[in-house]
Amino acid sequence: MSSDTGGSGRDEERLDTGRIPRPRDAVDDSPSAGDGGPGLSHQVLKSLLGAWALSACSAEETAAVEEHLTGCARCAEEALRLRDAVGLLHTDGSLDLDPMLRSRVLEGCLGRRPARIPVPSWAAPYDAETARLDALLRDFGDAEWHAPVRLKWFEDERQAHRRTTVAGVISHLTAVDGLVSAALGLDDPLGNGEKPLSPTGRTETYWSSAYHPPTRTVREPWRDQSHTLVRTVSFAGRGVGELSVPYGAFALPLEDSLLERAFECWVHGGDIADAVDYPYEPPSPPHLHRMIDLAARLLPATLAGRRRAGLAAPARGLVTAGAPGRSLHLEVEGRGGGDWYIALDSPAAMGSPDHTVAQVALDGVEFCRLVAGHVPPVEAAAGQEGDREAISDVLFAAASLSRL
Amino acid sequence: MQQRLARGEAAALGELYDRFAPLVHSQAHRMLDDEEAADLVTREVFGYVWENPDAYDPKQGPMRSWVARLTHRRSVERLRATHGEAEGPDARAHDEELEHRVRKATAAARADYIVASMPASLRSALELAYVQRRDYRQAAADLGVTGDEARRRLRLGLQLLSTASPRPPDGSAPPGYGPTS
Repeated sequence: MSSDTGGSGRDEERLDTGRIPRPRDAVDDSPSAGDGGPGLSHQVLKSLLGAWALSACSAEETAAVEEHLTGCARCAEEALRLRDAVGLLHTDGSLDLDPMLRSRVLEGCLGRRPARIPVPSWAAPYDAETARLDALLRDFGDAEWHAPVRLKWFEDERQAHRRTTVAGVISHLTAVDGLVSAALGLDDPLGNGEKPLSPTGRTETYWSSAYHPPTRTVREPWRDQSHTLVRTVSFAGRGVGELSVPYGAFALPLEDSLLERAFECWVHGGDIADAVDYPYEPPSPPHLHRMIDLAARLLPATLAGRRRAGLAAPARGLVTAGAPGRSLHLEVEGRGGGDWYIALDSPAAMGSPDHTVAQVALDGVEFCRLVAGHVPPVEAAAGQEGDREAISDVLFAAASLSRL
Repeated sequence: MQQRLARGEAAALGELYDRFAPLVHSQAHRMLDDEEAADLVTREVFGYVWENPDAYDPKQGPMRSWVARLTHRRSVERLRATHGEAEGPDARAHDEELEHRVRKATAAARADYIVASMPASLRSALELAYVQRRDYRQAAADLGVTGDEARRRLRLGLQLLSTASPRPPDGSAPPGYGPTS
């Protein structure tokens, strides 16, 4: 784009430059040889107009430009225009978009015209959480992408840590979301060869396959994959929710797997937000409720596994499959909370209010922090009543659901 | 994207939002200077696109500029609606005041749009000079370019930006949003 299209005859015209508003005070620049002064050509002076309008030249150059403007109508006209343009700039960076606006806008749209191909309700938390994390990442500069993050989880009965960066966390999410992609027959970010199935193994493989530490370039593949997953499950039709997603040591039906991925996305979004000192809210109450429900459903089998490993107290009795058994009442307070009855003696038993031997009460977000391995089980529950052994076993089992 | 929206794919609506919501919301906010009104315009714009995906004509330019034009139109309507019509002897002054407001808000919103759409090399030069108050030599060093190049970028960036302001003798719409329909 050129602004030098005016009639050439106007060059000789002299303008009253008193009308031209002065720029902000020139930047205090220690003058050095060649910093302007007399003898700058029309070409150079013209090239300085943008910097002049932004008060970004040396004092000598500023003076030389202003001297020139009294004699050159064309430059004076452009100078005026560029100064006006500076007035359109502002420093109040981009406004944070309310993350909850997304669901309100989408609901409004779908109320006006129902979707012919809806996103399954069990995929909604994943859709919402990936969008929320992506919005957090949107304005990150290099400094934020490389900010150190300390990942925390619970392993071998104690807190484990791992240092990475914001970009490293996104790589981790990409690698583990890739499990779901692979199960659906989509491209696996780890490629087509042999690769581990466990989330930790996949992450280590993905991290070490990069030649350089991860940078902001990790965002797009992660986001593309999450968009593709949501799209694919929308088209897949009924029944796809039961498709088994293998995690190595265990497997989850797709419905639960995407819920687990939504949970991880929120937890790691929180890790990232902490690292760069941003606020990060919990998921919407209905989504939080689903996440808590998933953890509560996983607890009986986890307890059984820990019992086999000698990490939990032995079962107190045999329960016929499907029959109500000894239970712990998990009372989750706050928005998204509710009451769950965790069968203690067998994953096949049914949790039952009538067979409650212990009760634990805690806030929903706090429960999720326990499940994420962010708070030690001994510090987790606000209210405890009844069988202490059962309470301890359940809280440790909850923490053991966490991993890298 | 247009086909997917027309097919009624909710996932496409989500992607549309993820792609354009920052643009729509910040443009509406710049026009209306009100968070709630900007939220409302955002809902209206996405509602319109979702209900009328065929209204977009790719021959008229990229979807982004179409969405920006829709946002501008809705924001102007809202600005006019909230400031109402005046009657009586002051009506004329009121109308002029309102039109002045619309023009000013439009220029500010277009300027944002231009800054967001210009090449990153120009945008970062402007940011260094304007936000971080670096002079052009410092900006050149930060960007790893020559002083000549930094001066060129600052001037070009401002020239692009200056097209946001409506200039009275020029009656046609400023070129900010690409082709107008």
